[in-house]
Amino acid sequence: MTTSSRLRALTRHNLFWPVAVLVLLLLVNVPFTPDFFSVRMSDGHLYGSLVSIVLFGSPLILVAVGMTLVIATGGIDLSVGAVVAITGALACSYISDQADQGAMSGVLLAMGLGLLAAVVCGLWNGFLVARMGIQPIIATLIIMVAGRGLAQLITDGQIITINSEPYKLIGGGYWLTLPFSIFVVAVVVAVTVALTRRTALGLLVESVGGNAEASRLVGIRSRRIKIMVYVFCALCAGIAGLMISSNTSAADGNNAGLWIELDAILAVVIGGTSLLGGRFSIGGTVVGALVIQTLTTTIYTIGVPTQTNLVFKAAVVIVVCLLQSPKFRAKIFGARFAARFGAKTGAKPAAAPADPASATEAAPKMEVS
Amino acid sequence: MSTTTQSPTAASDSRTPSKAARLLADRRLPVAATALLFLVMYGVGLGRYQYYGFAEPQVFLNLFIDNGYLLVAAVGVTFVILSGGIDLSVGSMIGFTTMFTAWLVERQGLPIVVVIPMALAVGAFGGFLMGYVIHNFEIQPFIVTLAGLFLFRGLCLVISKESISITDSSVSSMAQAQVSLGMGFLSIGAIVSLVVLAVAFYVLHYTRFGRRVYAIGGNEQSALLMGLPQGGTKIAVYTVSGFCSALAGLLFTLYIQSGDPLHATGMELDAIAAVVIGGTLLTGGSGYVLGTLFGVLVLGLIKSIIQFEGTLSSWWTKIATGVLLCAFILVQRAMTARKKT
Repeated sequence: MTTSSRLRALTRHNLFWPVAVLVLLLLVNVPFTPDFFSVRMSDGHLYGSLVSIVLFGSPLILVAVGMTLVIATGGIDLSVGAVVAITGALACSYISDQADQGAMSGVLLAMGLGLLAAVVCGLWNGFLVARMGIQPIIATLIIMVAGRGLAQLITDGQIITINSEPYKLIGGGYWLTLPFSIFVVAVVVAVTVALTRRTALGLLVESVGGNAEASRLVGIRSRRIKIMVYVFCALCAGIAGLMISSNTSAADGNNAGLWIELDAILAVVIGGTSLLGGRFSIGGTVVGALVIQTLTTTIYTIGVPTQTNLVFKAAVVIVVCLLQSPKFRAKIFGARFAARFGAKTGAKPAAAPADPASATEAAPKMEVS
Repeated sequence: MSTTTQSPTAASDSRTPSKAARLLADRRLPVAATALLFLVMYGVGLGRYQYYGFAEPQVFLNLFIDNGYLLVAAVGVTFVILSGGIDLSVGSMIGFTTMFTAWLVERQGLPIVVVIPMALAVGAFGGFLMGYVIHNFEIQPFIVTLAGLFLFRGLCLVISKESISITDSSVSSMAQAQVSLGMGFLSIGAIVSLVVLAVAFYVLHYTRFGRRVYAIGGNEQSALLMGLPQGGTKIAVYTVSGFCSALAGLLFTLYIQSGDPLHATGMELDAIAAVVIGGTLLTGGSGYVLGTLFGVLVLGLIKSIIQFEGTLSSWWTKIATGVLLCAFILVQRAMTARKKT
């Protein structure tokens, strides 16, 4: 293997561009914060910019990992932000009702309640998408609209603050010198990767995303797979909701997880998962979520007014989407370039029907016969 | 002889399904259902709060005054949804317009008559850009308008983090102007929104452009094969939506007399909900802009009833909107499933 072919193989790896962007963003920080990469020990905890990026990025990573599987089936889940709010609201209001807020059993029960609510939301989304055949954007819009209302109903419109040591651990605590949330994220990501890449599950998800009807005809229970991914996505959002409310020790029905669905979709897209479905990369999503968190941190550290944050993100979405669009690459860089680098993302749109709507419409039509 | 007499009845039996099925397949059904829902809700309101002045005509007119901006935004979204797309940037565009207008009027001292065309141009251009990217680079409308959402919300914050209240006398006189109707009055915003609705009604149902929007939403491939200028129409639809959002932003500015970076957060969802409740099919190609009016009125009535109820809190609006959205989506689904059999 010559160096040039090795280099080409490297740039073709699906994690190359996301990682390159991440490294670049991290390096941008160095001139502004010379000790950006230093991690110091204090109080038995590790402190440093890198640690805080992972700490504050953990909820986003969780939500984005769940979103990846939904997008891989050709769907989308807009309700994750509302699920974050509902879960946090339910857990915090349960804890605040306890006589002893620090009691382990109460905290565990509160977390169980929150996650149960998240699973119910996921089942509802999955039911609407898979059983009723409603477009995912619209089906999940319902909980996106009503969910925040529900969360406010649970908290009675107040911001519920709690004071519970064990609950504080999930989102704001430390374990083995590292933020505890890192371990939660690591476990979720490891389990997801193991389930999707060590078993056939990932393949099934991809086949449902590629063509739900065809995969149903070859004997895959595509509806069940779809319901499963929505439940999984909601569960991930639920864990993120516990983390966010635990980190602030408060449940805010209106603002918890606000716009996290957009960040999560962005993370998935940066990670190289096509919005058309049919293929996914969990690793890419994790890197994508880290890119977004690093971008946010970078904007803070280099002294750009923080309110431009959203403009930067918009620019990133546009650039990433344009680069993923085969038509854009063909127009700007010429057909040869597009063909050469097309292997990364170009293969899928070429194989997919030209009109994404026709793929989704095919399913209900066939069900009739 | 017997065959000739029998054939019409036999044909009518096999071709036209039962009355109930025919009713369900009628495209006007969702609009009628929404109108009926509105009347029922209004009737319930009359019954419950008649001693609190619910029966006054002004309460009804206030629905238009308080929701004029939503109506304008929803009309723009109706165009997009009819064409089979979606526009998530509406709320941000409205927020941005309030900020842009307030900033130019208050901080730069420009007269409002100069600012209005500028704001409309910015909105239309933003919509055009999104439509251009959606059509030319074949990126899903959902993701492009999502980027638009981020962009315009960010631009709001770039202008100012703080809200800017408008003290300009010409703006406040415009905002307080009342057009008497005999039994009550309407604001300028309400009048503008009704004019927009009328124009949209004419454009969608009586012009070539309107037919193209329906054709593309119905089946893009067929529309393309028929030789319709599909690209131009698509871009125009998003331009219309951008323009309507900016206009809605101006009306919202008049209504609330300030610019705030957080104005109209999530209003795109209200607009989409109004369109869906109004009976427009989310897959595109079928629906009436008058349905959107009823959708907006129903949403507005929920808010009024919650105000009159007094003990209900504002989050019930969100829950009620979600429940209605869900019900109408399921009805739509049942109708389209029936049509295909």
